[in-house]
Amino acid sequence: MSDLGELYQELIVDHSRRPRNFKAIQDATAKAEGFNPLCGDRVTVYLKMDGDVIREVSFEGSGCAISTASASLLTETLKGKTLAEAETIFDGFHKLVTGVAKGIGPEETKLGKLAVFKGVCDYPTRVKCATLVWHTLRSALKGDRQPASTE
Amino acid sequence: MSIAHPTVVNRPAARAFDLHRVRQDFPILTQLVHGKPLVYLDNSATTQKPLAVTESLERYYTTDNSNIHRGVHLLSQRATQAYEDARGIVRRFLNAANDREIVFVRGTTEAINLVAHSFGRGHVQAGDEVVLTHMEHHSNIVPWQFLCEEKGARLRVAPIDERGELIFDEFEKLLSPRTRMVAVTHVSNALGTINPVKRIIDAAHARGIPVLIDGAQAVAHLKVDVRALDCDFYAFSGHKIYGPTGIGALYGKERLLEEMPPYQGGGDMIKSVSFEKTIYNDLPHKFEAGTPHISGAIALGAALDYLTGVGLENAAAHEHDLLEYATESVSAIPGLRLIGTARQKASVLSFLVDGVHPHDVGTILDRQGIAVRTGHVCAQPVMDRYGIPAITRASFALYNTREEVDALVAGIRKAKEILG
Repeated sequence: MSDLGELYQELIVDHSRRPRNFKAIQDATAKAEGFNPLCGDRVTVYLKMDGDVIREVSFEGSGCAISTASASLLTETLKGKTLAEAETIFDGFHKLVTGVAKGIGPEETKLGKLAVFKGVCDYPTRVKCATLVWHTLRSALKGDRQPASTE
Repeated sequence: MSIAHPTVVNRPAARAFDLHRVRQDFPILTQLVHGKPLVYLDNSATTQKPLAVTESLERYYTTDNSNIHRGVHLLSQRATQAYEDARGIVRRFLNAANDREIVFVRGTTEAINLVAHSFGRGHVQAGDEVVLTHMEHHSNIVPWQFLCEEKGARLRVAPIDERGELIFDEFEKLLSPRTRMVAVTHVSNALGTINPVKRIIDAAHARGIPVLIDGAQAVAHLKVDVRALDCDFYAFSGHKIYGPTGIGALYGKERLLEEMPPYQGGGDMIKSVSFEKTIYNDLPHKFEAGTPHISGAIALGAALDYLTGVGLENAAAHEHDLLEYATESVSAIPGLRLIGTARQKASVLSFLVDGVHPHDVGTILDRQGIAVRTGHVCAQPVMDRYGIPAITRASFALYNTREEVDALVAGIRKAKEILG
């Protein structure tokens, strides 16, 4: 079952069981909802911006191990980052989980802990689970009123 | 008794059921998936096709391919004959009175849309009501919603209990002088519940209300006799009963089909066309505009013949045995909760595993070669009823084995080991 181990890495399992920053931010400056109609995953992302900088980011919702861990690790990664940095990270993350970055070492991806999702690219049906929270974050930053969707 | 309830299907089989031989009819089952033998348990989504069906498709295109109902040439005559013979097979399979009552459609979804559009628009007006149950598939909800929105009518939903059984008294209370239509699934795709359709039909008819039965999940598992049921419409899909995708059938009482306007306009559904006036064709062609899925209809006939050859009651008894074995086996897994525990069930085992999301269960099973369905299974109201976002669903067909049930159980245990 080694290939399943590539997907369900210890760090992912840990964050899915004990998601970090799993709460609402009462005085959030931005928030958005995301929904994956295929598997029923739902996530709400809360942001507290300070100009260009993400001061606080959290989430709530229900979903599979991949989407929950992805949301949890997103919040850990983006705290204190600028919008431009967040975009760059999302771009790198998207390439990682869709397999575009295959063969590139974890250091080069500059994704830090997020590199743990590299196994997702071998599971095409799970890419949407990993990216749902990122699409939702983008909606929050753009101020979209419609829920973000992976469809 | 028109429906083979599990208590009935246990009677001695007319012919011996040879599982090994049956499996040889389905070459797709012999493949490896992720290096493991394929265990196909997604039969409620679609069944695999026996050689009799794939060979029928090939034979049609290599020897008979032609358009129907119009050519004087031999190939067209052969294609027309085979297509109309298939209609006869469907008619016999449902025990309808005549071929005029069998309309070929793309599937259950199109059949229900046809009835909602053609029959519904003529019978449902502002303030009227259409009664469904809480366990309907989206395809037996949305067409009625369209109708109700257009007409200013109202959908009424009969509740189900914790086991997933229709609460009959509540259903009956919803039947009122305003009710113009009852549309109910025969077997729930999410819960496996077998609805008491005869009782439902009788209760509706006692008040003069017509009834449509969604038979998508029923026809492969229960003997259906539309005349004994006395349903007004019965819809099913070919691909859930070992036939091809893109073909299905609608049974409708001749009297009703006769008075209904056509669903779509085009070739084949007309007798004569001028710019001033078009005379519609006779039943069932009035409802089959355009060139139909000829090969699909013929192969659907082959699928029904195949199932009849194996013996529907043999298949049902085998599947019932698998369902009982699987129910018992998975119930031994700590933290596993069955969704859908109706006393009358067919072939569906839906469940939740504590601490493991269905999507993850599905991925982990897939890597062990086991194909199941995960998600809302096109029945979001059922998920809402239980307050859950999704389920994992294993569903059985006549070619499944007890060993495959064992593999499923081992796979679920694996999922718990990894994530639970």
